[in-house]
Amino acid sequence: MGGFFKKNGSIISTFFLIAITFWLIFLILIPQLYMLDLSFRPNLPPLLRGGPDDVYTLTHYKHFVFGSETSKDAYNYVDIGVFVDTIGTAILVTIINLCFCYPIAFYIAKLATPNATRLLILALIIPFWINELLRSFAIRILFAGEGVINNLLLEMGLLDAAVNFIALDVALYTGLTYAYILLMIFPLYNALETLDTNQLEAAKDLGSSTLRTHWRIVIPHAKAGIASGSTMVFMLTAGALATPVVLSSPNTFWFTQLIYQWFNMNDNWSRGSAYSIILLVVSVAFVLLMMRIFRVTIGEVVR
Amino acid sequence: MSADVELQGVSIAFGDFYAAKNVNVKIEAGEFFSFLGPSGCGKTTLLRAVSGFLEPSEGKVLIGGQNMSGIGPNKRPTSLIFQNLALFPLMSVADNIAFSLEVRGVSKQARRKRADELLDLVALNGQGDKKVHELSGGQKQRVAIARALAVEPEVLLLDEPLSALDLKLRQKMRTELRAIQQRVGITFIYITHDQGEALTMSDRVGVMNDGQLEQVGSCYEVYQAPSTPFVATFVGENNAFSGKVEKVSKGIAKVNVEGTSFSGSIGKTTVGAPHPVGVGDDVIIFVRPESLSLAKGTKAPKNKFSADIETIEFEGNLKNIYLKSSKNKSIRFSVPSVFDTSDLTPGSRIELSFSAESAIVLPSGPLALD
Repeated sequence: MGGFFKKNGSIISTFFLIAITFWLIFLILIPQLYMLDLSFRPNLPPLLRGGPDDVYTLTHYKHFVFGSETSKDAYNYVDIGVFVDTIGTAILVTIINLCFCYPIAFYIAKLATPNATRLLILALIIPFWINELLRSFAIRILFAGEGVINNLLLEMGLLDAAVNFIALDVALYTGLTYAYILLMIFPLYNALETLDTNQLEAAKDLGSSTLRTHWRIVIPHAKAGIASGSTMVFMLTAGALATPVVLSSPNTFWFTQLIYQWFNMNDNWSRGSAYSIILLVVSVAFVLLMMRIFRVTIGEVVR
Repeated sequence: MSADVELQGVSIAFGDFYAAKNVNVKIEAGEFFSFLGPSGCGKTTLLRAVSGFLEPSEGKVLIGGQNMSGIGPNKRPTSLIFQNLALFPLMSVADNIAFSLEVRGVSKQARRKRADELLDLVALNGQGDKKVHELSGGQKQRVAIARALAVEPEVLLLDEPLSALDLKLRQKMRTELRAIQQRVGITFIYITHDQGEALTMSDRVGVMNDGQLEQVGSCYEVYQAPSTPFVATFVGENNAFSGKVEKVSKGIAKVNVEGTSFSGSIGKTTVGAPHPVGVGDDVIIFVRPESLSLAKGTKAPKNKFSADIETIEFEGNLKNIYLKSSKNKSIRFSVPSVFDTSDLTPGSRIELSFSAESAIVLPSGPLALD
């Protein structure tokens, strides 16, 4: 610490220290700990808080698993169903995203000329200057019953009747895939860019097909980038709110929408907190499991 | 199996820029052939055209008499060793070597067996399970050779693979490469800017400059009988004196170099005939530093001139004496280290001479940059 101060001067060092402390403690630690604490408390009106009824309880977690006490079902099928759907969809979206971004990232990193690279990166970034909600609405306009795609397909005679892309959740999957595309492309691009092009040529010279070169040389090299991108996309998709609100079909419900309802509409912050904690813990556990299976270390992912 | 490689009028253009211009050469089967030239002379481009990573803009590449146009690098009977070796860092040494067999669907045991054989060939027995990064520079080199040989190529292409090694290891690897080539008996095409490498390993050398093949010949020929001023100055050291021809007789030209007359033998063209040099032509007369001698100790010295000693450099087996002539021209004079130079002190003036037989007269042309 003394060395840090000596090296950077007291003003810069103090600034860094305060900024990092503020970030860690006020923006991450305190809200999370507060939520954790809240999730174990009963939902009480403000006057009763701190009173004799304000004791630690598992009631909200129990509610997630078993449902309300008046319910006749053994388990809370609705909430668990939404949760499983959300995680499952997030996994699917992550896989689609990876399949979609890998060729793009490879093209930008290894095949495009420097000018094309700059242009493509710009083309990828610029749409993200528009906020997520507006982008979601744009996709809704594309996929709506009277939307651009339906009209086009009808006009061309490829369809007899409009397809309800919203009800089929095509719009949702597209929107979610597109929402975090940059977070997949950039880690992939960074990883692929460091691959020595001679290795691709060497593999080819030794008789390898393009597919095998990717399987044996490129993908192993990009493993950390794939893990890093997939982790971010999965976490953010599972925690997305705006896109599902705008694009999901009436009978699809996203787990974050449930959390939002507990917080805002039902005014039950404790239950909302418990649900948030459940989502966080399961998502992190899932990511750690995947990293274990694919033998990636945390160090590689955050590189 | 070994195949000959023939380049017929090969030109390679990138836009308006010609990296190779009308290159014609036939490399015999089983030959160790080097393309020697400064960086940017187009030798790597030429090698990529042979390996199939580039298609010539004009002309043809024939391997074993077969036209290779339209045939990709994975389908040619060649194998390329990259300058940076391009070993696969995430695979074991044995997997690296056997990668080409894996691609062809050879079974795991057969692959391992072949990898072990090749490891024996390059003197790396029992190192198959190591990771690439655990090996030293010289060992990596050998793995790259083994990996390239695993495909059983008819022609092995080497793109300056020794340039990253230190001097001692480089010298050792030269001998080893030559020995491996003789053991496997296939054609080696070697690219280098290092004349020492080219001269020690090759059967023949092709000297390249600015996309053109200037001269093809044995190592002895390109050193002793250069056909162009570029070859004369790029291969080994040479003192060059520009002048005008005064007289020609019996293959000897008398050249007026700023008022002094020097005579030298007229050099041969790339096809072996003497250069057509006539009176009044602009020529350069080349004298190797070791072909100069002190006029004082020579009987009936010819081609005498005087120069001032600037510095004396000790280079192990020889001493290089750098001088400035009265016309302010830099001269290099080499003597064996055992030669007593105690009376040659910087600043003193000495008289040097050379025989007409040891000097070569060539028509004026571009020199290699120092």
